[in-house]
Amino acid sequence: MKDTEIIMTYLKSTIIACLLVLFWGMSAEAQITQKAKIGKFAITNATVHTVTNGVIENGTVLIRGEKIVEVGSDVNIPAEYEQIDASGKYVYPGFFDAGTQLGLQEIGAVAVTNDQAELGDFNPHVRAFTAINPSSVNIPVTRVNGVTHVISMPVSGRLAGKATLIDLYGYSPDSMAVSPNAGLHLNWPTSKKGGWWDDRSDEEVAKEYKEDLKKLNDFISRAQFYDKMMTDFENNPNNKQQPDMDEKMQAMREVVKGEIPVIISVDAKNDILDVIEWTENYPDMQFVLAGVRDGWRVADEIAEAGLPCLVSTLYTPERDYDNYQRPYQNPGKLHAAGVKVAIATGGVENVRNAPYHAGFAASYGLGKKEALKAITINAAEIFGVSDKLGSIEEGKQANLFIADGDPFEPMNHITDVFIRGNKIPMVSRHIQLYQQYLDRGAKTN
Amino acid sequence: MKKLFLLILTFCFSLTGFAQEKGSVLIKDGTLITIANGNMSNTDLLIEDGLITEIGEDISAPRGVETVDASGKYVMPGIIDAHSHIAGVDINEWTNPVTAEVSMEESINPNDINIYWALAGGVTSIHLMHGSANVIGGQNETLKLRYGSGMNEMRFEGAPRTIKFALGENPTRVHGQGFDVQPRTRMGVEQVIRDHFDASIDYQRNRQEYLDAKQAYEDGTRSTPPVPVAKNERLEVLVDILEGEVLVHTHSYRADEITMLMRVFNDYGIEDYTFQHANEAFKVAPELKKNGAYTSVFADWWAYKFEVYYSTAYNASILNANGVKNSINSDSGELIRHLNHEASKAVHYGNTSKQDALKMITINPAAQLGIDEKVGTLEVGKHGDVAIWDGHPLSIYSKTLKTYVDGKKYFDRAEDADDMRLKVDAEQDFEEASGRWYNENGRHSETCLRGAEIRFSKNGMKLQGN
Repeated sequence: MKDTEIIMTYLKSTIIACLLVLFWGMSAEAQITQKAKIGKFAITNATVHTVTNGVIENGTVLIRGEKIVEVGSDVNIPAEYEQIDASGKYVYPGFFDAGTQLGLQEIGAVAVTNDQAELGDFNPHVRAFTAINPSSVNIPVTRVNGVTHVISMPVSGRLAGKATLIDLYGYSPDSMAVSPNAGLHLNWPTSKKGGWWDDRSDEEVAKEYKEDLKKLNDFISRAQFYDKMMTDFENNPNNKQQPDMDEKMQAMREVVKGEIPVIISVDAKNDILDVIEWTENYPDMQFVLAGVRDGWRVADEIAEAGLPCLVSTLYTPERDYDNYQRPYQNPGKLHAAGVKVAIATGGVENVRNAPYHAGFAASYGLGKKEALKAITINAAEIFGVSDKLGSIEEGKQANLFIADGDPFEPMNHITDVFIRGNKIPMVSRHIQLYQQYLDRGAKTN
Repeated sequence: MKKLFLLILTFCFSLTGFAQEKGSVLIKDGTLITIANGNMSNTDLLIEDGLITEIGEDISAPRGVETVDASGKYVMPGIIDAHSHIAGVDINEWTNPVTAEVSMEESINPNDINIYWALAGGVTSIHLMHGSANVIGGQNETLKLRYGSGMNEMRFEGAPRTIKFALGENPTRVHGQGFDVQPRTRMGVEQVIRDHFDASIDYQRNRQEYLDAKQAYEDGTRSTPPVPVAKNERLEVLVDILEGEVLVHTHSYRADEITMLMRVFNDYGIEDYTFQHANEAFKVAPELKKNGAYTSVFADWWAYKFEVYYSTAYNASILNANGVKNSINSDSGELIRHLNHEASKAVHYGNTSKQDALKMITINPAAQLGIDEKVGTLEVGKHGDVAIWDGHPLSIYSKTLKTYVDGKKYFDRAEDADDMRLKVDAEQDFEEASGRWYNENGRHSETCLRGAEIRFSKNGMKLQGN
């Protein structure tokens, strides 16, 4: 070969290589930049689990813009609707995890990526809504498993801050928020010792518990007083002196007025009983219990108090002497006593497992139908958004997914997800890595 | 004196007699998930004196052997967890980057309630591992879940020795960041391993020369006594690794550190090893396959620390599709309660076949622990470690009905009482808290840095598990 030929061959192969790299890059880019679609969709031939109106066989769901416009077995499909044939498949409302830290924490052990724990004991003015990272890698990973809505909450101190209710699609917290302030998270002070490392005497524990409760009550009293002063001033600005602005007290106003619930994290039996008694002091306020691992022990008392419970199932029994099934049975036992239960995993990166928490609850006493409600409409009702979310009904937001089987069964798959009418690309880091590495291709070293 | 000796001997035998406690049972008309030969419907399984002696139709029970009706039920080999810390007393000897001399063999609590809870999930054997604080940690112990027996009785007789290695963030944080000693980086981790293998090779030669010379001196063929080379337990264990007597199970996450260790092992001729956790193993699946390395992974845990951020729940499926022998483990007192459910996630993420998913919690972990000749399938001659399920074990709605170890029943859902503890600690505070319901640091209990974590949090330095 002449030199020029060699150079030409080299150039050719370089150009081909460059083109290959370019195309490869474009296809990888294409995967990453897949966008959601909004418009008119008709999901046809599906078994539709509406949750509120039973199961529709061979059903159709019409989606226009953000909303569901028609649901039924005899639906006229206008020509302009893009049809999605769901023969042999199932449609469910988007699942709702009523207690997470999704969007607030990216990587557990990397402190700078943790925004769920502010300093200080009383932080009612701190808002999860402020710190939701819409670009969290955890979010697409969660929604492709059919979880479309979460309560995300701050977790530190006594009053940890305001939880937010978001859907899992959007470019800003504002575009994701269903209720920017969905509730105030209270960590109930425990009357139990912290564990074997806790070397306080029983007397010290009891004393601290009492002091913690007094601080909490004092704080709420101040808030009630502040709210009264402010309300008086607002009603009659000319005759009153304006009280000084206090962000914490201001943040408590919607809480003491009962406009948003206090979400009380509490697990132990005695603490739950104390909480029930304590809530009676505040008849104007709304309360929801979260965690409630001993709930089955005092289910009747919780039911009588009318307190809804946010619960999970995949944890070890609260005590060594508890039966192995209690965590799985807790939602079922609470429901049987008359308590409204909603699934809350408490998680971050594995909120995608919420359907399996519901599956275990279904299997151990709650039943499939109630478990489905616990992960959809119940949470929507507890947080006052059941006019928009939680079921497949005409006029509600189009938050739903299509599955090839029972979604509580991990062997089945979610094939399509809609959030607020947006047909979400079925892409996440986990899926992208799968596509990239399942067959790495020719280069093996 | 002789009488006393005999008395002690008798006592010892009576103790080991407990270890030999084995049962017989005939399980009739079940659907057998044999793992080795597919599923067999309406088939009987006979276990006699702890071993599977017959599989077939219309087997009649030998005299005195109980018959259990399993019609409409599934019978599968007991689940094997290749990474567990339940039943462990101490987990981490975190005082040195290399602690090959320590072992979990005297760190077993046969009364741990977690054992019973695992049996209730159909688990019959676990790999009780040392923690992951050290580059070369302690030796592990393979156990059978003979709940309530004794420390010796818990051991899996004939299981090969195994040892824990750990790469990446845990050893570099504990030793480099915590104590200012190597390794602070993944570069350092490699050299700690190489240095110690080199030292063990030198030690073996010097020690042997010394022993030979000493023998020669004692035999009179050498006139002067040799300079002694002291016995070094730590290096002897490393020599055993080099000689293939100890299987290496390495806590690892990233693709680079996985390939690093394969390079090191190739240099030193180490062949039988498993990468534990191995969240990024999928990136180097062809290399793992080429080296014959095994992996033992989580079904879906990720993002709890930086080195697991670029993870995928499709890891198990990718490894399986690339021909890497993979298992799914728990490393958790919670996940071990439903490893069947964890395995079903391999079907969800990447469509691994049901049979292959089941292998990941039976025969594959057995192979990784070197006990696949004894357990992991339903075959004549294998141990009678089986569980009966009320439905297909990969379904979320299926429950374990009975669990047998060596043909002896250790769990029966029908006889399950509220309180299954065998020993009650009088000091226990019944109202002791077990932490908050939500993930404070994204992880469950029973994780790899147990011990080290407590130490560091008391010193104001927070370390996470795994």
